[in-house]
Amino acid sequence: MRIARKPDIPSSEITPREVFENRRHFLKAAGFSVVAGTFSGLLSADALAASERRRISDLSKTDYGRDEKLTSYKDITTYNNFYEFGTDKGDPVVHAKLFKPRPWTVSIEGEVRQPRQISIEDIFKLAPLEERIYRMRCVEGWSMVIPWVGFPLSKLIRLAEPTGNARFVEFVSLADPAQMAGVRIPVLDWPYTEGLRMDEAMHPLTIMAVGLYGEVLPNQNGAPMRLVVPWKYGFKGAKSIVSIRFTEKMPVTTWMRAAPHEYGFYANVNPEVSHPRWSQSSERRIGGGLLSPRIKTQLFNGYAEEVGQLYAGMDLRKHF
Amino acid sequence: MQLLRIKAVLFMLALVPLARLFWLGLNDDLTANPVEFIERSTGTWALVFLLTALAMTPLRLISGIAWPVQLRRMAGLFMFFYACLHFLIYLWLDHWFDWHEIVTDIMEHPYVLVGFSAFLLSIPLALTSSNAMMRRLGWRWRQLHAMVYLIAVLGVLHFLWLVKKDIRGPLAYALVLALLLSVRLWFRFFRRVDLRRG
Repeated sequence: MRIARKPDIPSSEITPREVFENRRHFLKAAGFSVVAGTFSGLLSADALAASERRRISDLSKTDYGRDEKLTSYKDITTYNNFYEFGTDKGDPVVHAKLFKPRPWTVSIEGEVRQPRQISIEDIFKLAPLEERIYRMRCVEGWSMVIPWVGFPLSKLIRLAEPTGNARFVEFVSLADPAQMAGVRIPVLDWPYTEGLRMDEAMHPLTIMAVGLYGEVLPNQNGAPMRLVVPWKYGFKGAKSIVSIRFTEKMPVTTWMRAAPHEYGFYANVNPEVSHPRWSQSSERRIGGGLLSPRIKTQLFNGYAEEVGQLYAGMDLRKHF
Repeated sequence: MQLLRIKAVLFMLALVPLARLFWLGLNDDLTANPVEFIERSTGTWALVFLLTALAMTPLRLISGIAWPVQLRRMAGLFMFFYACLHFLIYLWLDHWFDWHEIVTDIMEHPYVLVGFSAFLLSIPLALTSSNAMMRRLGWRWRQLHAMVYLIAVLGVLHFLWLVKKDIRGPLAYALVLALLLSVRLWFRFFRRVDLRRG
């Protein structure tokens, strides 16, 4: 997997903070009163240092998860499983600081009418961005409520024009040892890959996230773009995606390769099917402090009504 | 007198990990998952003290310095102290005394069972650690306390099986344990040293 990488942006081209913050004013003054696309605010911010927090200007709120109590920004961005930046959950926030999520190109491959490379900027113009508040259940028995910003994956799939042979979608994450210290250690078979069945990928709940808490996705959460499938265990959400591959056969994911009897392809949240290491019947909601009791884990992470029919007739113990 | 002073200092040092947890707790700095953090921390320190206790005899065998052996009991008891905290946190903050869930967890997950066994086996050792008990049990005391090797193996296994993928941490402990045990074996079989006398 090769990705075309432009040389780093010379510092002379980096937009100064004041200019960026006054960008609307600046654009108007320069006569660019019409700015195409919904993501203009983000684009002009691209050249800024990655560690800065940047608001996404245009996004619509949705009703998903309105009644949930959000996990704090601090917890969401300091407690991450992102092995490319280290295996400790405190590692990514430290080691992803210098990661460069721009420029970025995503390669569309496999069973598609026309394989191609799409820039992240073009992907962002695909669909209006929306906030989706989803529960996130980690296979390790903890969970969060995260206000993602993203767009339905189905929009991207339509653009990719898969052929009739495409039955699965494989997502490949970046594995760049120069930027990602964790990749230099063979804890997993890099690059990290994940996959979905086509109907799962097309489901309206499945999104590509590009932000959280109304801000551009922090590096440690999978910048510039990561998959979010709320009814599956968190590891299904491939981060920093560089390639989307349509296949006829079920792809073998990284965790399936690493421990085939612990991790299956589907990885649907299911309190009835326990993991060899962790009971999946309950979970600890992050943010409750020392004295927060466990809460019951729900089938499909509480999204059974929306996604249950995808698995009608399937033995969920066998297809774990 | 000298030894007493060393013991007092080590006693205070051995309480630092606990004090640190309180300090981090007061500053809301126990990570996003504080229960897991203190569970891991107390478990790690139990292992550290166990390996410390096991290091005293090899130290004597290699260097000929005998007095650290007298710190062994304290290290062992601190292992038990941190193991008790570890177990208590597991029962209370992790599972809220949900006995059904706890029993299922112990029976279903090998790493929990192994850790639980190590804890159970360490209880009689802690109870018989006094001089009086040593005298009372005589030769059987030595036999009973040989169980510490089994406890150490189970403890390291508990750590190893708990880790999802990156086993470098537990492997380091396994390596130290293997090293400590091989020093004993070396002296016993190749140098014909009676480890009991020193």
